[in-house]
Amino acid sequence: MSKPVGLLTLQGDYDKHRRAFRALGRETFDVRRPGELAEVSCLVIPGGESTTLTRLVDRAGLREPVCEFAAHHPVMGTCAGLIMVATALTGEKRPDYGVEPLGLLDCTVIRNGYGRQIDSFTAPVSLDRLDGSPDPFPAVFIRAPRITSVGPDVEVLASYRDEPVIIRQGHLLGMAFHPELTEDFRIHRYFLEMLPD
Amino acid sequence: METPRDNQEIQELYRHKVGLAEMLKGGVIMDVTNAEQAKIAEEAGAVAVMALERIPSDIRKMGGIARMSQPGMIRQIQDMVSIPVMAKVRIGHFAEAQILQALGVDFIDESEVLTPADNANHVYKHDFKVPFVCGCRNLGEALRRIGEGAAMIRTKGEAGSGDVVEAVTHMREVTEGIRRLQMMRKDELMAEAKNLGAPYEILVQTAELGKLPVPNFAAGGIATPADASLMMQLGAETVFVGSGIFASEDPAPRAKAIVDAVTYFDDPAKLMEISMKLGEAMKGRAVNEMAENEKMAGRGW
Repeated sequence: MSKPVGLLTLQGDYDKHRRAFRALGRETFDVRRPGELAEVSCLVIPGGESTTLTRLVDRAGLREPVCEFAAHHPVMGTCAGLIMVATALTGEKRPDYGVEPLGLLDCTVIRNGYGRQIDSFTAPVSLDRLDGSPDPFPAVFIRAPRITSVGPDVEVLASYRDEPVIIRQGHLLGMAFHPELTEDFRIHRYFLEMLPD
Repeated sequence: METPRDNQEIQELYRHKVGLAEMLKGGVIMDVTNAEQAKIAEEAGAVAVMALERIPSDIRKMGGIARMSQPGMIRQIQDMVSIPVMAKVRIGHFAEAQILQALGVDFIDESEVLTPADNANHVYKHDFKVPFVCGCRNLGEALRRIGEGAAMIRTKGEAGSGDVVEAVTHMREVTEGIRRLQMMRKDELMAEAKNLGAPYEILVQTAELGKLPVPNFAAGGIATPADASLMMQLGAETVFVGSGIFASEDPAPRAKAIVDAVTYFDDPAKLMEISMKLGEAMKGRAVNEMAENEKMAGRGW
């Protein structure tokens, strides 16, 4: 029996991810301490507040352990989770917000790049490059980060208005929106397929 | 004012509103009265700040009419932090809410902490693009607010008291009410909706889910890491801390400690460590010693 899916449960909508994985028949395991990474096969960094997540990752002593884990295991970051796995931020209005990404997935993002809460929206995004499916995915963008550039080894799996919204680099997956807020679990299934047999 | 056009648009908008509330789970929302306090809150790891002119304990002391904060002061806080900024309107004061929406706040708290502007009605929240949070004392009140379009529910507790007893009472009322629903037969739910004064469809949805259809947060009297843990263990998904931080002796470490206490609410050893070396908590006032007309929780209908 393989190890459960790890959820970083420091803060955010991790319960929505738990629900998605359960619907796909997979158990999850909460990660809030470095030692708990040994219990999981992969890690999901959920939506939440990236400022808060940065602080809590550092206070929990999880920065180095998560980076080491990500060298050999699949990691998925959604929305704030994408900000956490990114290599760089741009367009920060003040220098002292103190959000430091983990620097795993080679991309640059603008936090809240699609606007404030009142600018939140749902848009159909094609998953054609992800699983060949003709049905668009209802992508929910809430105070979402905008991906402004990606590194040479990064594959763009989906775009919205010609900008990348799902990206992959090896076993690292990131997206600007919230796949966990819909009833469509294709992206979660795709992530599980990234696990070694 | 730009209002949603049709039912489908209202539903999609509502999904985004509840979605933001979901993102705040497992975090702490802190009352702040200026940009400097907002910075302290953000540094400590708050998931959002509530911008208001006076913290509830000072509203109690000063008396007079408590209204929506000055937009200029809210703007300064928006310019200082990158986390969501919330602000309060008086119960039923939809014009204050329109101004806050124009200001681009991320969440509006239709709050009993301010002096009510309407003795019978709350704001019709589906008219707004910005999400609302509302207080409640029991399940009926929670479901009425959701019926009006609230995207997040919090206990009222007794704001500015530093006494957690009312928040506990209200959280238990809500969770016990939901457990009752779950034990009922389908043919008993309409009578229960009538008893509670609650919208039937949302009551049925709550019975099926076994929880409110929107996040349920705790507020009103939380002053220590232990208070935060207590509320989380009673079923809160996040906590609001109003006066508890900036009316305490040393706000910055207390803010940080309460954030950590919410993350590790179920780990007593960690909570012990978190609770070490904090200054004095806010002095507070026991709710049981307050006159009825001093209490804020009774405001709202």
